Amino acid sequence: MIWNEKAECMSEDDLKELQLQRLQAVVKRAYEKVPYYHKRFTDLKIEPEDIETLEDIEKLPFTSKTDLRDAYPFGMFAVDIEDIVEVHTTSGTTGKPTVSGYTEADLDLWGEVMARALTMTGVKKNDKVQNSYGYGLFTGGMGVHYGGQKIGATVIPISAGNTTRQLEIMQDFETTVLTCTPSYGLYLAEVAEKEGIDTSKLKLKAGCFGAEMWTEEMRDKLEERLNISAQNVYGLTEVIGPGVAMECPEKNGLHIFEDHFYPEIINPKTLKPLPEGETGELVLTTLTREGMPVIRFRTKDITALRRGVCECGRTQVKMDRITGRSDDMLKVRGVIVFPSQIEKALLKIEGLEPQYQIIVTRPQHLDELEVQVETSPALFSDEVKHIEEVKKDIENRIHSEIGLRVTISLVEPQSLPRSEGKAVRVVDKRNI
Amino acid sequence: MKLKQISVFLENRKGRLWKALNILSNANINIRALSIADTSEFGILRMIVSDNELAKQILEESNFVVKVNEVIAVGVSDNPGGLEGVLEILNKMDVNVEYIYAFVEKNGEKAVVVIRTEDIDAGVNALKDGGITILSEEEIKNIKNN
Ligand SMILES: [Zn+2]
Repeated sequence: MIWNEKAECMSEDDLKELQLQRLQAVVKRAYEKVPYYHKRFTDLKIEPEDIETLEDIEKLPFTSKTDLRDAYPFGMFAVDIEDIVEVHTTSGTTGKPTVSGYTEADLDLWGEVMARALTMTGVKKNDKVQNSYGYGLFTGGMGVHYGGQKIGATVIPISAGNTTRQLEIMQDFETTVLTCTPSYGLYLAEVAEKEGIDTSKLKLKAGCFGAEMWTEEMRDKLEERLNISAQNVYGLTEVIGPGVAMECPEKNGLHIFEDHFYPEIINPKTLKPLPEGETGELVLTTLTREGMPVIRFRTKDITALRRGVCECGRTQVKMDRITGRSDDMLKVRGVIVFPSQIEKALLKIEGLEPQYQIIVTRPQHLDELEVQVETSPALFSDEVKHIEEVKKDIENRIHSEIGLRVTISLVEPQSLPRSEGKAVRVVDKRNI
Repeated sequence: MKLKQISVFLENRKGRLWKALNILSNANINIRALSIADTSEFGILRMIVSDNELAKQILEESNFVVKVNEVIAVGVSDNPGGLEGVLEILNKMDVNVEYIYAFVEKNGEKAVVVIRTEDIDAGVNALKDGGITILSEEEIKNIKNN
């Protein structure tokens, strides 16, 4: 099923023409309505009329997270505050949050792109969507909510947390689609097993997972343990929230809704655009946002774009699963490490719970990487020798994945913090 | 004649050993023998208890990782050389010993030695052939250690 065939299966020529029209309009709007962009463009001696082709986007300056933060709270809005009907913010864990303001039309757009996304996981009018993303300033809850309602599905706005109740509702209401972070999805599965719930008896058929990075191995676990199709949704508050891109049933990339969000890939060091298929940082321009347009926003997410008609019938460009983010990109002894690489190694080990925490320290001018892993009956033995072997095996697997030696610490089950939203995977204790 | 032992994973955190033992004592489970293998990062608590099934169940309910496996218990006379004779037999028969621990009976005449050989059956056979009496589960149960 395709929600909006006209948009999602548009020919490349038509799409490019539409994108150019919309780009010209959004640049003009940003220049005229947002003092920040007016100044940036003026400093670079750029006027909206200079955008004559899609490639001309390269003349425009980038917008960074810091730029948005400096405009806190409402400095990036392109409309009067009275026309803003909803606001959301980022978590602000690394400083002041950034605010996103939505007009009525923006909410409609959000519902549209999330309806496209949920349709990819098979959501129809008669489905019951258990929305376990957090409701509130975080965009996850409302984004799914609007999309689900646009389709006409029954949205269960349960929000994150209270796992026992989640499972009870899931059984009693006969939930068919689950939406939450992948780590919370795994936690739900874990608790379900513990409570003796046979997940194959649930009516659950699909899950729309996002808001944090995850791996193919995690997909396998989610699909197996919850007996569902697990698909990846992508988005960010600065651009709109979830619904920028979504994985179709082919599961080999996420279609970017590029009639609304224009993607580019740049080399994060030189800031030069990279050719199609090369891996770099994703940059997004909102083509249709009214309340808060962003031009060339540096997402810090590492991916590659792939064009071509997908088996599913959609023509919109696909991006690879995000494998890293410069925000949680760790530099350990000069080597770049993504938590997802460590996770990948861990998930290959039979009987290991996918709960872990990475701790970086610098005891004596040299970085040390410790990975805490929860012990399980499969790893445990009455012999020290055997446990040491298990530890060594895990250390070797991580070594071959990241090229660095790490120390594995086995901890007791359930002792690592469980998250109901984004899992805290990295604790950096270095003072850098 | 093999005996069941339960092992518990202990993180090197304050109070974990106490917690495990506290859970057992609250459930009125008797600990006949106990040893702790300690490394710098974790410990393994090994015990012979009065009720393996119950012990495993209640420890797991409190999120401990528990394993039940087999060991051999023999009675040796509580005088110099008693244990040495047992080990000599195993050594002669080329049976690898992973670990041993012992406790003394209340009347103090005999020490009970718990032996974990790499291959439990080979250990049992070697000891039998060497004329050592292996204690049964029943005999261990009858030991009063309170
Ligand atoms: Zn597709």
